[in-house]
Amino acid sequence: MFTKILIANRGEIACRVIKTARKMGIKTVAVYSDADKDALHVSMADEAVHIGPAASAQSYLVIDKIVEACKQTGAQAVHPGYGFLSEKREFQEALGKAGIAFIGPDAHAIFAMGDKIESKKLAREAGVNTVPGYLGVIKDADEAVKIAKEIGYPVMLKASAGGGGKGMRLAWNDAEAHEGFTSATNEAKTSFGDDRVFVEKFIEQPRHIEIQVLADGQGTTLYLGERECSIQRRHQKVIEEAPSPFLTPETRKAMGEQACALARIVNYKSAGTVEFIVGGATGEFYFLEMNTRLQVEHPVTEMITGLDLVEQMIRVAYGEKLSITQDDVKLNGWSMEARVYAEDPFRNFLPSTGRLTRYQPPAESPHVRVDTGVYEGGEISMFYDPMIAKLITYGPTRDAAIAHMRQALDEYYIRGLSHNIPFLASLFSKERFVKGALTTNFIAEEYANGFHANDLPADDPTVLIAVAAAANRRIHERDTRISGQFPGHEMKAGDEWVVVMSGQYHDITVRPTEGGYAVVIAGEVVDVKTGWQIGEPLFLASVDGRSVAVQIERAGSGLRLAHAGSRADVLVLTPHAARMNRLMPFKAPPDMSKYMLSPMPGLLVKLLVEDGQEVKTGEPLAVVEAMKMENILKAERDATVAKTHAAAGDSLAVDQKIIEFAS
Amino acid sequence: MHEIIQQLEEKREGARLGGGEKRIAAQHKRGKLTARERIELLLDPDSFEEWDMFKEHRCTDFGMDSEENMIPGDGVVTGYGTINGRLVFVFSQDFTVFGGSLSEAHAEKICKIMDKAVQVGAPVIGLNDSGGARIQEGVASLAGYAEVFQRNVMASGVVPQISMIMGPCAGGAVYSPAMTDYIFMVKDSSYMFVTGPDVVKTVTHETVTAEELGGAITHSTKSGVADLAFENDVEALLQLRRFMDFLPSSNREKPPVRPTNDGPERIETSLDTLIPDNANKPYDMKELILKVVDEGDFFEVQPGYAGNIIVGFARMEGRTVGIVANQPMVLAGCLDISSSIKGARFVRFCDAFNIPIVTFVDVPGFLPGTSQEYGGIIKHGAKLLYAYAECTVPKITVITRKAYGGAYDVMSSKHLRGDVNFAWPTAEIAVMGPKGAVEIIFRSDIGDSEKIAARTEEYRQKFANPFIAGHRGFIDDVIMPRNTRKRICRSLAMLKDKDVKNPWRKHGNIPL
Repeated sequence: MFTKILIANRGEIACRVIKTARKMGIKTVAVYSDADKDALHVSMADEAVHIGPAASAQSYLVIDKIVEACKQTGAQAVHPGYGFLSEKREFQEALGKAGIAFIGPDAHAIFAMGDKIESKKLAREAGVNTVPGYLGVIKDADEAVKIAKEIGYPVMLKASAGGGGKGMRLAWNDAEAHEGFTSATNEAKTSFGDDRVFVEKFIEQPRHIEIQVLADGQGTTLYLGERECSIQRRHQKVIEEAPSPFLTPETRKAMGEQACALARIVNYKSAGTVEFIVGGATGEFYFLEMNTRLQVEHPVTEMITGLDLVEQMIRVAYGEKLSITQDDVKLNGWSMEARVYAEDPFRNFLPSTGRLTRYQPPAESPHVRVDTGVYEGGEISMFYDPMIAKLITYGPTRDAAIAHMRQALDEYYIRGLSHNIPFLASLFSKERFVKGALTTNFIAEEYANGFHANDLPADDPTVLIAVAAAANRRIHERDTRISGQFPGHEMKAGDEWVVVMSGQYHDITVRPTEGGYAVVIAGEVVDVKTGWQIGEPLFLASVDGRSVAVQIERAGSGLRLAHAGSRADVLVLTPHAARMNRLMPFKAPPDMSKYMLSPMPGLLVKLLVEDGQEVKTGEPLAVVEAMKMENILKAERDATVAKTHAAAGDSLAVDQKIIEFAS
Repeated sequence: MHEIIQQLEEKREGARLGGGEKRIAAQHKRGKLTARERIELLLDPDSFEEWDMFKEHRCTDFGMDSEENMIPGDGVVTGYGTINGRLVFVFSQDFTVFGGSLSEAHAEKICKIMDKAVQVGAPVIGLNDSGGARIQEGVASLAGYAEVFQRNVMASGVVPQISMIMGPCAGGAVYSPAMTDYIFMVKDSSYMFVTGPDVVKTVTHETVTAEELGGAITHSTKSGVADLAFENDVEALLQLRRFMDFLPSSNREKPPVRPTNDGPERIETSLDTLIPDNANKPYDMKELILKVVDEGDFFEVQPGYAGNIIVGFARMEGRTVGIVANQPMVLAGCLDISSSIKGARFVRFCDAFNIPIVTFVDVPGFLPGTSQEYGGIIKHGAKLLYAYAECTVPKITVITRKAYGGAYDVMSSKHLRGDVNFAWPTAEIAVMGPKGAVEIIFRSDIGDSEKIAARTEEYRQKFANPFIAGHRGFIDDVIMPRNTRKRICRSLAMLKDKDVKNPWRKHGNIPL
């Protein structure tokens, strides 16, 4: 076996590869850019080589630097991870020349599958279903109808030069095909100055399902079941699972065998993924492309097959034969993966960079796996993908895997920057998701108007009330133990309280029990067992036998709870204080719509308007520099500048007022 | 006997009603609670012992002696009670009775509890909601104010005095709160000023609302008069309970101890990466504070004013400490007039009440500029220096990054009797930053950027580290950031019975 390998990547995938290498007794070499000198993968590896400035084009993407790092450290092989150089044929070749093994497929397979047309040709040759269509130019509407009939309706007519939905027409019959061809051609001509139109089978309720293949290049090619990755936002996968709730054993076998056939035709070795589009209405499946690398979402396959794909890749690269056969591949249970990103779902998923002031992922267990490349006090840099971690759960059934995921998301404690956990919590609670009725349009359809606070799952208020009551009681019990009290007149923690949440007043009583509290809410006794100590960010408890995790922190005189993606500010008051609180005036939050606020902390580089100036929608108003990136803030409507609240050179906090408009 | 009891009940009922149902409703409509409702919120249930419920004013002019104008209690509710079992004295002005105006009798009630508070050593909390002097009484009312002022001064540094402004507080009335230790205000319903908007308009022709002139936001952000501003009465009083838990009852006592499960050995590895690589990049000093103190529970005062210095209370191993810290996020953490005054007053409060002080230092110096010099930064900066130097409570200092020039001396340095002075490995203790230093020492090389760069690097190598100060013993140890809590806890434990006395004098002459 190799004694030392280099990982030509960063972040969670570098850490994940290092873990397997260590398990196999192989020494590891990390590479890092300026921005990553304190990164987790660097400290985890046995050695680390600096390969240049932060920008990946000058570091992680420079083949010569990686080859040089191998030579310098004596690494015998390179694992490329995903992204960066993982599918660059030149990289594979350069390593080959230097006598260093590439932990992945051969150059010719990378090349063949990297080319869209070439890969489709090979797929047809291998007997793999491809999307029926006619790539040639259609000369008139009659020909379009003829071809559409051959393909079978529904079909999509698409402009060759198309994009952005322009020059696209869906046709369910001859008449629509005829009409659609004419209008698509016209639109294509006016939009792109190119009236060529082609026709393709339209897949209804499309689902993205991919087959994991594993081959040793020595005669054994296996498929390790599928992953469904239909939950995507703007073509970016958000949730993946294995197996797919959609596939029958027959379809799985058919897809698996086609995937293996494709792998064999390019003499594939190592792990690879064959992506299919599957029609949710009909069950038909068609080849999309093959990824000749380890996929981001590979852990869900590992969870249900029990195989370590990285280990298999290393063994194959070393020249070992696979020790298992197709019959040994058994799919057990269900696994879910959620990608935790540093982005603000409430601000249109704007990436959020900066310091992780608090970072505590859920504890790993047979049900929970966290692939992470960051740590508390680390930085999410603007230079790379803003992924914080992959959260993977496993259970005997799909419902169990989802339940573990929801609990793990509740436990995931991140502070210092925005993250998408509220969005993930919302996704996993959607009824349609739980039913498995997925398509690649799931997010676009379920969040047609973007993601908002009211998309968050309706939480069981009883749980939060009980948690707030129990936490408050514990705080008050401790308050009564302060020194210096009036002897004989010491404070006692009361039993009667009122929990104020979302404007609702709930009268409750709390009494200590063995290991927790009995909270009476609306006549019902809720049993809370908890070992929570004041100051701990996570309130772990069993509430009526159900385990819950609620993030808890002090906020003024109340508590701020975070659970199931939502945040609730809760007051727990004595009955007198509650009566008084009802007398307090409601103060409407100030109307900020007449202000332009800084969307991020940064430096106001330029202010392009002055008091009294009229501005038009889309006109640039200010330039804010954050993390060396210039962001141009534009007018969202026609307005007059009433007052500027900041000047060029000011450093801005998030939500700081920059410009006030006359209303 | 029976008749007396009946009369007593009637009088009590009269006192409870204060200015009557209508005025109570009006008070509620303004979003304000009544004097008694406030006391009930502030104190432990059933702990209030009221005094002078039957006290009445003695004014006979302007029809003040009519029956309806003889309201028992005379516009202020006074007495004592407990907050989490600990004794406090309290007076709560009743706006429903003559607008809470201060009569001679009203003042006497306040003086009575203040005298007793000083004798027994317990804090005085004033809930202020008063239109001002009882004009009908003339000089008798003014005399009442002065009696209170005198007691404020005599009690200063003996027992904590807290003012919660929950309504108007104008004219001479402001000077009683002004002499107490902390002034808190309620947003939108309280204001404080020496002269109101009408007078301002006549004299200076400025048009300003009462809220703009002296509201809670104004005083907690612009003038620095108020230490905190709260959303409403309920929040204000609940937070005041929390605040009182940090304070000792008097200067004869140590601060209270509250048990905690947060161990002194807690390691915070993330602090090792708190200081950015670039010396000019700010970081949030509050993160350090929150990670070092018990349970991340920090009660900051004056958060909206002079943000370049952070002051507030926290606990270490359950014992109260005062935290003073430069904030690199605001003005690079420079000391200026406002922050020096803010810091100095806080240090003196802690010193008066036996509260150990933990100082986190990242200070590039004093803020330059004409506005600072003309404003008297020399004298104001000296206040902080004086306060630290005079202070005899345990003083722990942690230099995280910059400690430059005179500001280094000021910030609880070894030379000002700092008990334990730590430095992080990132500390730079020098007269100034390398660039500035080189431009002075090697003035002749200024044209030659290469030479300057080399000299700067040389200076950085030599001084931009904690070792030079360490050689001289100005730093007791260089500690890993992650161990900061542990090291502070141990130092505080060691200093628990520290006993240092300044020489006898009538009082020092702090540069006011």
